[in-house]
Amino acid sequence: MSLRTPLSRVLGHGSAKEGTAHFVSQRISAIALVLLGGWFLVSMYLLESTAYLEVVRYIGRPLNSVLLSLLSVIVAYHSYLGVQVVIEDYVHAPGLKLLALIGSRFAHTLIAVASVYAVIRIGLII
Amino acid sequence: MTLSILHRITGVGLSVGLIVFAAWLIQAAAGPEQYQYFRVAMSHPIGIALLIAWTFAFFLHLGNGIRHLVWDVGYGFEKSQANASAYIVLVMAIVLTALFWVLKL
Repeated sequence: MSLRTPLSRVLGHGSAKEGTAHFVSQRISAIALVLLGGWFLVSMYLLESTAYLEVVRYIGRPLNSVLLSLLSVIVAYHSYLGVQVVIEDYVHAPGLKLLALIGSRFAHTLIAVASVYAVIRIGLII
Repeated sequence: MTLSILHRITGVGLSVGLIVFAAWLIQAAAGPEQYQYFRVAMSHPIGIALLIAWTFAFFLHLGNGIRHLVWDVGYGFEKSQANASAYIVLVMAIVLTALFWVLKL
């Protein structure tokens, strides 16, 4: 599926950068997060206690492991896209802007990978 | 209106909250002693206050995000509709946050 708009395809000029893809990706991840985020808050509400065993059993249940991994990756992606716009809007020095964008990408990737690793590890130890 | 900048502020706040979400998973994976540090920190009044703030930020960002998605497909642009949906989002966020924590604590 191409993320280019029909108008952009017809005109054939291409876009200046990747604005449309960014816009569409942010919205698609938003729709996914309405469901995953909603599920996460409901399941946090239903969690009986925050004690170690209870939490580890909750994270280690197969369906929860899959949904928590999905949530970690998609929320990190959505957060990256949002923070990118905030940096582009408020950080004006070109060098600092590039540094902040790269730093944000590194940090978000680290968070996504570490979260999924933690979920898998919990699934294996319980 | 004000909700526009609040959407950004809650978004950035939730990005910071994402670090705590990851820390929760990582500390749980690291074993009972490590997890206990996390649990004690988040049970401190400051920890609870942060969790309440993040819950509110979540509901506001969720509600206003849905409002944006509805705009994206072309509905709700009339000034009266946009004002009404802003109030609905704000009131829903306050009510849901209160409901979550009153029933939880």
